Amino acid sequence: MNTNHDLPGASRAAALSDGVASTPSGPARSAWQVFKPHETFRDDFTFRNSPEAIRRFPLPFAEDEYMYSVNIEPHVAGPRGSVVEFAFDVDEHYIAECRERELVLAAEPLRYQALPHMLSAQWDCLELIMESLARDYPAHFSLSRDGNRWRWINRPLNIDQSFTFGVPASLPREPLDYITRQAQGDFVVMDQREGDLWTEAGMVTTQADWSLDFDVGMTFKEWHGPVPLAHELGVFDRALKFLLNLRLGQPVRRLNWTMTVNPRLDTSPENYPKWGTDRASVTLQNAGDRVHLRVELQGLWRLPRSNAVLFGIRCYLISLNEIVTIPKWGRRMHRVLKALHPALVDYKGLTRYRDTVVEWLAPYDDGALTTPGGGPE
Amino acid sequence: MSEAQTLTVEVTAIEQITPLIKHFKLAPIAGGSMPAFSGGSHIVVVMKGASRVHRNPYSLLSPPNELGGYEIGVRRMEESRGGSHFMHDEVRVGSLLEIAHPVNLFNLDKIARKHVMIAGGIGITPFMAMLEDLREGPVPYELHYSVRSPEHAAFLSRLNERQAGRFRMYYDSDNRFIDFDGLLSNQPLGTHVYVCGPAGLITRVIDSAQGWGWPDSHIHWEQFSAPPVGDAFDVFLARSKITVHVPPDQSLMESIEAQGVEVPYLCRGGVCGFCQTKVLELDGELIHNDHFLSDAEKARRNTIMPCVSRARCKTLVLDL
Repeated sequence: MNTNHDLPGASRAAALSDGVASTPSGPARSAWQVFKPHETFRDDFTFRNSPEAIRRFPLPFAEDEYMYSVNIEPHVAGPRGSVVEFAFDVDEHYIAECRERELVLAAEPLRYQALPHMLSAQWDCLELIMESLARDYPAHFSLSRDGNRWRWINRPLNIDQSFTFGVPASLPREPLDYITRQAQGDFVVMDQREGDLWTEAGMVTTQADWSLDFDVGMTFKEWHGPVPLAHELGVFDRALKFLLNLRLGQPVRRLNWTMTVNPRLDTSPENYPKWGTDRASVTLQNAGDRVHLRVELQGLWRLPRSNAVLFGIRCYLISLNEIVTIPKWGRRMHRVLKALHPALVDYKGLTRYRDTVVEWLAPYDDGALTTPGGGPE
Repeated sequence: MSEAQTLTVEVTAIEQITPLIKHFKLAPIAGGSMPAFSGGSHIVVVMKGASRVHRNPYSLLSPPNELGGYEIGVRRMEESRGGSHFMHDEVRVGSLLEIAHPVNLFNLDKIARKHVMIAGGIGITPFMAMLEDLREGPVPYELHYSVRSPEHAAFLSRLNERQAGRFRMYYDSDNRFIDFDGLLSNQPLGTHVYVCGPAGLITRVIDSAQGWGWPDSHIHWEQFSAPPVGDAFDVFLARSKITVHVPPDQSLMESIEAQGVEVPYLCRGGVCGFCQTKVLELDGELIHNDHFLSDAEKARRNTIMPCVSRARCKTLVLDL
């Protein structure tokens, strides 16, 4: 196994040598000052979480058992330092994740797609992401506007771009393609018409086994067709009704989760041969290192000019070894996985290794009561 | 929604543009821009009168790419419960108003091959912004605008200036009426029709389109009902455990809000379905005035839209 942990000192030096370290110019907020640009999410898998990143990990289990619910809440500013402090979370993996996205797109350009009628929604997304990042991380990003003449500076990625808002030719790529190459997580844009939401644009390179290329043009329920149990529970009827009435300026969020063997962001159907067999490689000896909880922080925004809906799917990975550094999480993870509904075990692709993981986690569960909520004790 | 999410705007210009319609310009008090919006959107304006608060929905008619301010048009309603009279009589240049963020319940279909828009009277307002969204685009469109007489033709000069050749006027006073069947029987596949105006106009357009085999998904309409006046009644709110009196000229929603209980809403005009509330007990009749519930749902007597609907009853208990 690879043991090349990124040490904070080493990564700061690496960042400086790349010319990508950011020096805060404004008041110090909780923005990450140190990125780990050389982490990988493939081949040698050098991705690791720092102790600070572990403590802020969004554990999706508020109690010791898990079942679906319409667990949607307002996407308002959360606690300082948490992953929901800001509209779009930028963390220590920012540069590395943007580099990983470039690798995926170079091999498979169709991971980004936008149907022609989604152009105004693309500009909406670009504005929302640029405005949010510049407001929330002034040390890393800035946006200046003079009417439609905009200038965007992304210091971690060394980008300084002047362009005309609304004029596609003034950017090197389509607006959604351009800005989502500079953001962590996947983005899907849904047009609203005929009382439904249609998946008609997106940047999808860090997905849990679904394909934009396959799903583009689908309605909300067609897109979620493969999800077991939830249709019968009426989850999608209620979720769709809720999203059709989603309001401008009042975004919402929810957490979803699965598990992934190795810290691989791109677990796409297109590349199943590259990662599907990893599931058979899990043993009691390597589970702590290889098996990762994969959590999606999903955000939904009404877009102003297009009346479309932006669906952000931000992926966080954490290894079992990292999880059990928080005793409460070791206990809870063990209990949730042990009691998980068989249909969900299958749907989440855990069938091959769930029992091994439960056995690996058992020594970390002393039976003590856990406190409510997903945060550390 | 709650009042905390409103924006404060200043009235920067008022013009009486027809005998019945006033045109208002609203700008952010702090300067800067208003939130961006799409054509077809409306805002709810919160009017704090001396004795009560009015909240009325008005379509945004200003060009969506001009965000220094918003423009709305307000028609004086003969049987107003006070909202339109407040806007006409109390609001001055310099007045401050609270508005909610725009909501679009009447948006253009983005994959339509052609848009046919039909406006009657004050129903022109949402189209003014929608036409701007279409102006630079490749999709063909046309507006048919019907009013009583030339003096009632609001925004005609702006239409002449910005939409020349793309609209046609119809004046009742000249005996010129829209030929719905002629218009709707002869449109290319993929055309969408949009209608806004008096209830009779909307009904005739929908009936004609359906008669010519248009799919429902291609027929769009918006009509905000002003909450009608009616007999007074009392309602008991089961969760808040209070009784609320609803006077003849106040809506159920307004009466509940006046007691400090928040009812979630978007449109306040019986369109969106957001304020749908469970009826727990009823001895009497519900008077449904919304456009959201189906006839079958209304007949079940177990749900109500408090923004526009009322009751004639001895007992009404709501799940609020």
